[in-house]
Amino acid sequence: MTVMLSAQNLAKTYTLHTQGGTRIPVFRGLSLEVSAGECVVLHGPSGAGKSTLLRAMYANILPDEGEIRVRHAGRMVDILAANSRTVLQVRRQTLGYVSQFLRVIPRVPTLDVVAEPLIRRGEDRAAAREAAAALLARLNIPPRLWSLAPATFSGGEQQRVNIARGLIAPTPILLLDEPTASLDAANRAVVTSLISEAKAAGAAIVGIFHDDETRAAVTDRLFDLSTAKAA
Amino acid sequence: MNVLAASFAPGLDPDPPLLAVRGLAKHYGTTLGCRDVAFDLWPGEVLGIVGESGSGKTTLLNCLSAQIEADAGEILYRCRDGEEVDFRTLPEARKRALLRGEWGLVHQNPRDGLRLRVSAGANIGERLMAQGARHYGGIRGEATGWLTRVEIDAARTDDLPLHFSGGMQQRLQIARTLVTQPRLVFMDEPTGGLDVSVQARLLDLIRGLVDEVGASCIVVTHDLAVARLLAHRLMVMKAGCVVEQGLTDQVLDDPHHPYTQLLVSSVLQV
Amino acid sequence: MSETGYNFAYLDEQTKRMIRRAILKAVAIPGYQVPFAGREMPLPYGWGTGGIQVTAAVIGADDTLKVIDQGADDTTNAVSIRRFFQKTAGVDTTTETAAASLIQTRHRIPEEPLTEAQILVYQVPIPEPLRWMEARESETRKMHALTEYGVMHVRLYEDIAHLGRIVKSYDYPVRVNGRYIMAPSPIPKFDNPKMDHMPALQLFGAGREKRIYAVPPYTSVVSLDFEDHPFEVQTWSDGCALCGATDSYLDEVVIDDKGGRMMVCSDTDYCEKRRAAGHLGPMSAPYAETEAAR
Repeated sequence: MTVMLSAQNLAKTYTLHTQGGTRIPVFRGLSLEVSAGECVVLHGPSGAGKSTLLRAMYANILPDEGEIRVRHAGRMVDILAANSRTVLQVRRQTLGYVSQFLRVIPRVPTLDVVAEPLIRRGEDRAAAREAAAALLARLNIPPRLWSLAPATFSGGEQQRVNIARGLIAPTPILLLDEPTASLDAANRAVVTSLISEAKAAGAAIVGIFHDDETRAAVTDRLFDLSTAKAA
Repeated sequence: MNVLAASFAPGLDPDPPLLAVRGLAKHYGTTLGCRDVAFDLWPGEVLGIVGESGSGKTTLLNCLSAQIEADAGEILYRCRDGEEVDFRTLPEARKRALLRGEWGLVHQNPRDGLRLRVSAGANIGERLMAQGARHYGGIRGEATGWLTRVEIDAARTDDLPLHFSGGMQQRLQIARTLVTQPRLVFMDEPTGGLDVSVQARLLDLIRGLVDEVGASCIVVTHDLAVARLLAHRLMVMKAGCVVEQGLTDQVLDDPHHPYTQLLVSSVLQV
Repeated sequence: MSETGYNFAYLDEQTKRMIRRAILKAVAIPGYQVPFAGREMPLPYGWGTGGIQVTAAVIGADDTLKVIDQGADDTTNAVSIRRFFQKTAGVDTTTETAAASLIQTRHRIPEEPLTEAQILVYQVPIPEPLRWMEARESETRKMHALTEYGVMHVRLYEDIAHLGRIVKSYDYPVRVNGRYIMAPSPIPKFDNPKMDHMPALQLFGAGREKRIYAVPPYTSVVSLDFEDHPFEVQTWSDGCALCGATDSYLDEVVIDDKGGRMMVCSDTDYCEKRRAAGHLGPMSAPYAETEAAR
């Protein structure tokens, strides 16, 4: 199986200068590999560094040591050492990331929020909006909301819009940070099947899931940070 | 971990940058404006400069956009025809030609960037005429097209911007700047003087248009939310120096420098 | 009959040399405004102090001077300036365009084509064509130096946008020798084409602003315009009421208090010459009769 993402010897310590220089070590000597078609779920108690690790894989957080290499356009690129433009390119084409929170420009209509990643890839505007509509429908966002900006939506609705935005442009690697946190059972099922479809299509997936049901449905391998840290 | 080095590791990027700034400095008498500023800007990239009042961010922007003269350093710019020039040593004629055509400047106060007693259409057409456009119909067509793109009713083409609202004036200024398809646009607090309700709309517009025109952009703002939405990359300034730079979300979500941490933690949550 | 106690043509020789140097530079750089140390003249600014200084610097004892004001030889301004040079230089004066070697004008170019043997001196109130768009002198100089003339068309654009056509009808900006944008002084744009490749030397003097500029003989003078709104001169439906001319610039004259008007040549010399040659307009008695009645 093709290794899509390889993290080696990662170490991260937060230094809080605003709080007297408090140092909070998160992990060190951490290594992880993820292959195509595999879903690795990060596991560990709160504060173990699950979210930090996931965000490091997106180059959102920079570890102090180690490297994270991702397969981008046929070669392995260290996203911690690459320049900004390369990182942005890798994110656009290779790394998908669904966070817990939707962060978009306030007045943009939902349909455009979701379609944007496709348009940024150069897809035709009309086709992108069509794909966005299909995905929103599948996630049970009623069409009357599509032309509204998501700022006024409920937490669950916002999260589903966020998932749609994160999944609309398929990427070989998918990072999921509690995508089902505030969803009801029916919508969790939809998200679960979307994840399974991405996996079947060959995506390498790394995720954090707090609800057991979803986790049980998608997990191929658990990566336990509490043991990794100790090692 | 040295963020600066990470962002600009050599050898990984085959294309040359559009703008390369090295060792830029400006003093006002004995007072420091900014110093040791160095960065690269690539085609299509939006660079945000953040920091509080007096941090030197506007001084830096003014040095870059030839509004004031820097004391030292290089501003290397790759022209449309491929020639690389040091902007600071160019003869004034070429500086001004660049500022008229390949570069654009959006002032914080639209009244500084507009001719208030000349119609909206002529405001947009001026840069075209300065570049030699001599077909009235063509110029007017471009003007109304751009008004529509910045969401101003084309019926207002012949109205004076003097009677426009602040938000409309700002959008007109943006149209006036982008009409010549500049390759490098400087924006000084583009949403600064506007109502919050108008800001969001303008941000979305700027983002879309800059994308469309394919311009590189340097945006000065003290508003981190604006920076997050517009900029690919951030430079944090304090007391005239760049203290941290990197991808926007890296700088905002994982700030390393004490000042950046203070800045990020000081933002009010709504 | 010349006044005594004054130098020839009023100005002292050093001043004339200074002005001649400015004129030489102006001729060398067509359309460029040369600053000069303008002197106080015995008449107010706005009455032709710039034109008079230029005339005084170039006039010689054997010159024949013609002075016109809005085309007419007999208005106060024209008469005063003509008398001024009669008294201070003792030169011959004339009202005939062809007989003059030096013509000082306010706001017109004679209808009769000028020759290489003649010099035309314009009185200029505001020499800077960029002034209405840019108030700073330091900036307008830079714009001239760098050929940054985009703003000139903004004004023409505004005319078309608001009124459907370029309505600017006098002091219509021109480009000289493909380089400098120049204010032709407040002549009607009807006269602009006459400036182009004119055989006579054209000199411009602005007394208040202390600027001299020039268009050498046979120099291109192009009026600014748009491709789809080309430069046009004024036209009239009927010819001159007195001489019938259809190729001259006409002034409107009110002839009674019931709204009656007539259109007549602004160039009085041209009109008289035509009537003397037998041309008649609809409101004119035969020339011989009017002459006899005088």
